Amino acid sequence: MHELSITQSLVDAVCLRAAGRPVHSVKIQIGALTAVVPEAMRFCFDLVVEGTEAQGARLDIEQRPGTAHCRSCGTDTVLADPILLCPCGSADVSITAGRELQILSMEVG
Amino acid sequence: MCATCGCDDAAGPRVTVPHEHVGDHGHGHAHSIDPHRPTSSIETITLEQRVLAKNDSLAELNRSRLAGRNIVAVNLMSSPGAGKTTLLERTIRDTGATRPVAVIEGDQETLLDAERIRRTGCAVVQVNTGAGCHLDAAMMHQALDELEPASGSLIFVENVGNLVWPALFDLGESGRVVIISVTEGTDKPLKYPYMFATADLVIVNKLDLKPYVDFDLDECRRHVAAVNPGAQVFAVSAAKGDNMALWYRWLADRS
Repeated sequence: MHELSITQSLVDAVCLRAAGRPVHSVKIQIGALTAVVPEAMRFCFDLVVEGTEAQGARLDIEQRPGTAHCRSCGTDTVLADPILLCPCGSADVSITAGRELQILSMEVG
Repeated sequence: MCATCGCDDAAGPRVTVPHEHVGDHGHGHAHSIDPHRPTSSIETITLEQRVLAKNDSLAELNRSRLAGRNIVAVNLMSSPGAGKTTLLERTIRDTGATRPVAVIEGDQETLLDAERIRRTGCAVVQVNTGAGCHLDAAMMHQALDELEPASGSLIFVENVGNLVWPALFDLGESGRVVIISVTEGTDKPLKYPYMFATADLVIVNKLDLKPYVDFDLDECRRHVAAVNPGAQVFAVSAAKGDNMALWYRWLADRS
């Protein structure tokens, strides 16, 4: 599962920044169009943090919906899936949100 | 566990030429935690960085390293059995005389595909990802070190066969190609939209088998456009050579 290597990248970045201090919580943002499953990431997180500064840390996941702007009718719409189609029927849309995979913040000390 | 690829020591990525695991994968972090430390001094640190920042920065290094030597790298992704290796064999035979070609083969196990490519006379390294299911920028970097491709080369990266995991990992390539075959079904782009959304080009392979299967090429094109309006779609037969000129022209335009 790719969530494992993604979570490993997350924990690696967090531990690097923590510089030896224990990490209490990590807050991340996952867009709906990233193909990353939050539940799978949570599962992997508990495994990956073992033996690191982030062991026992809480993972807060902020999910962002996918949104797109339609160039035909000018409206913004929420995408329920990665099919790029505006309710007006046009496929001439640009994605405006939902591809985020960001570490927002963490608590250390 | 390897920070970049998620492998553990027992099942880490392996490049066939004798090698050392790429320099700093982040294995060296400290493991000392004091559970009795008071929590009164908790500090919130704002990071605002991409989770895959490390892979992305390595990919950018690969990209500039390749661009500096006028090397074009194309990442080929498909489900197992779509015909990536057959497509490569014919492409190398048909175009190898015009510019140096090298191949990076990704598979979980075996050297079988690398041996097929080697028989075409082309430089090749095999990356075995073990338990991993995709190549990443660190493996690409390692493979480039082993290949040492000549300036002006064309490099094909044959990613591990699946339509899910390679989608997120930038290798530093200059083009992404998704290959499906007519035996797989018309609806593949809708079933695996994340992969198709990242493609510059979709190749529909095994066109010679189309009379024997229920595959609607026009509908497949519509499905690709639904998840990725900018992607080009070519229908070819790598086994028989049909329409391969379209693909060769696409490659020449990238050079």
